Amino acid sequence: MAEVRFENVRKVFPGETVAVDEFTLTIQDGEFMILVGPSGCGKTTALRLVAGLEKPTSGEIAIDGRVINDLTPRDRDIAMVFQNYALYPHMTVYRNLAFGLKQRKVPKDQIDRRVSEASTMLGLDDLLKRRPAQLSGGQRQRVAMGRALVREPKAFLLDEPLSNLDAKLRVQMRAELKQLHHRLGITTIYVTHDQVEAMTLGDRIAVMSAGRLQQVGAPQDVYDHPVNMFVAAFIGSPAMNLLRGTARDGRITAGDLTVPVAGVPDGEVVLGLRPEGLRPSSDGQPSLEFEVQVVEPLGDEVIVHGTVSGQLAEIETGEEKAEIPAGLPGSRAVITARFDPQVRPAPGTRMALGVVPERVHVFDARTGTAIR
Amino acid sequence: MSEGTIVEQARPLELQAAPGRRGRRLPFSPWHLVLFPTMLIMLVPLLWMLVTSVQTLNETRHFPPVFVPSRVHLENYTQVLRMAPFSRWFLNTLIVTTASVAGNLLFCSLAGYAFARIKFFGREVVFLLVLATLMIPFQVVMIPTFLIVKRLGMIDTLGALIVPNLAGAFGVFLLRQFFRTLPIELEEAARIDGASRIGILFKIVLPLSAPALATLAVVTFMWTWNDFLWPLITIYNEHNMTLQLGLTTFQGAHQTNTNLLMAANVMSMLPVLLLFFAAQRYFIRGIATSGLKG
Repeated sequence: MAEVRFENVRKVFPGETVAVDEFTLTIQDGEFMILVGPSGCGKTTALRLVAGLEKPTSGEIAIDGRVINDLTPRDRDIAMVFQNYALYPHMTVYRNLAFGLKQRKVPKDQIDRRVSEASTMLGLDDLLKRRPAQLSGGQRQRVAMGRALVREPKAFLLDEPLSNLDAKLRVQMRAELKQLHHRLGITTIYVTHDQVEAMTLGDRIAVMSAGRLQQVGAPQDVYDHPVNMFVAAFIGSPAMNLLRGTARDGRITAGDLTVPVAGVPDGEVVLGLRPEGLRPSSDGQPSLEFEVQVVEPLGDEVIVHGTVSGQLAEIETGEEKAEIPAGLPGSRAVITARFDPQVRPAPGTRMALGVVPERVHVFDARTGTAIR
Repeated sequence: MSEGTIVEQARPLELQAAPGRRGRRLPFSPWHLVLFPTMLIMLVPLLWMLVTSVQTLNETRHFPPVFVPSRVHLENYTQVLRMAPFSRWFLNTLIVTTASVAGNLLFCSLAGYAFARIKFFGREVVFLLVLATLMIPFQVVMIPTFLIVKRLGMIDTLGALIVPNLAGAFGVFLLRQFFRTLPIELEEAARIDGASRIGILFKIVLPLSAPALATLAVVTFMWTWNDFLWPLITIYNEHNMTLQLGLTTFQGAHQTNTNLLMAANVMSMLPVLLLFFAAQRYFIRGIATSGLKG
């Protein structure tokens, strides 16, 4: 178990691609840290830097206070699970699990004991004699986990380990991973672009974009208090609605919505409204007029896409946006709201959406940083 | 189902219109019309060799040639084994071939892996130079090689046949290309698991490269076993000869015992033929991937 620390790390690939820049982050001993961001944001590179598969161009990476920049992967005592599992195809499950221990000259009886412990923990006991090709996706995933487990390393590095599984299995493995971490308490760095994994698994999440760290914090904190528009738009599904607006005398106007917000200096701002913060209006609440276009009942909730008057603030998060087929006049913006299942407006209806002023996020329109 | 019935109905009509042209299929591919005669042309010399090897000397000189021997004279074979140090040549060839195959597998793996995965200064240039040597005919480097081998004091020893053939550009190229197709994550996983470069090569990469290694082994085996020119210029002593070289001693300046020569030929070809049948697909793959040798 160990603390992993990045100190101002920069990684430039040949061809001047800056993959990671000014990256400073400390992962506490035993912590489950999620690196999350759109593809190409440098999260996998950051992970590979810890593994020793890449060398930082500048900066320091330390495990337990010891700088490991120049150590080989072998000497770092970390274990990694790859996205495609990278199981050795010519070895049985047993030999896959035992390989790392054999390389470290662990005595045979200890290898046997540790492999059987790990295989029992992961339910692989009946599969030890099989080869990877004879396993299902979920089983392969477990073997990959097991290969990391038996090493009893200082830290686990997981690179999108669930992305090759089907949806149902992913949910199951997600829970198993969390349980495993609770039981073992090994420092874990987990790379994902899936924000559900990020929200549910992590003790803390680190949101990255374009090689830089945007925000670090407990998932709920990051969700509730995003430091900038990127984090606001990236974390949360459906994404936060971002509307251009103007602040004046403690009020913000965006389209036909006027919200009182204290402590916002006058000027151009971006208003952030979480979909679940929008409700059919009750009297006296600040509200905007909403024209329903698409209704998606999900059983426990209803996602409603529609237009309001105003202008969207564009921010590139790499996430796919819900497409609204109808052509839009320039003065309308598409937003998304999340209702209780009882509320199911028909497409085409107009309704007033109420906004709770305390739950409104405000960003500086120029820099994108959060004002409140 | 419905399609089947339509075809059933259509058939008689078609036969009436153009009997035998369409609708009826040949029991073999039209290619066989070309391949079968070609096969005969290729096989006749082999069969003739086999027949001659069990004939008497008189029968071999008969004109027109006798294709069915009056009696099978297997004593030709025993006579060959008695009159020439045939088993010695066989052993020499086996030693040289085995050593060449082993050397190629080992050294070409090492070099091929370095070219495939290890980043070092000038890698691409060096690799191109290695590749370029493939374009130089053996006859051009024959004499320099001879001089080097002479300096090494290995002329007229089996070493002269083994050492220059321990590694080759062909093998380096073949294995490098194959290694590059293996998923890099496997090697990264092994590095994190604590394996050294050499460990990765021997425990991860090579076990997954069986097809490429088999191809290289088969091609090297054939090449070395059948090589004649290089043994001819480096080996003088009958005791150190390989099969291909030894066989020429059956061809005298004045008289050739064709039946004995053919018996010896059959024996020398047998291992190659057997290997070819066993490993045909690797052999063809070697030609297909490289367009070289064969």
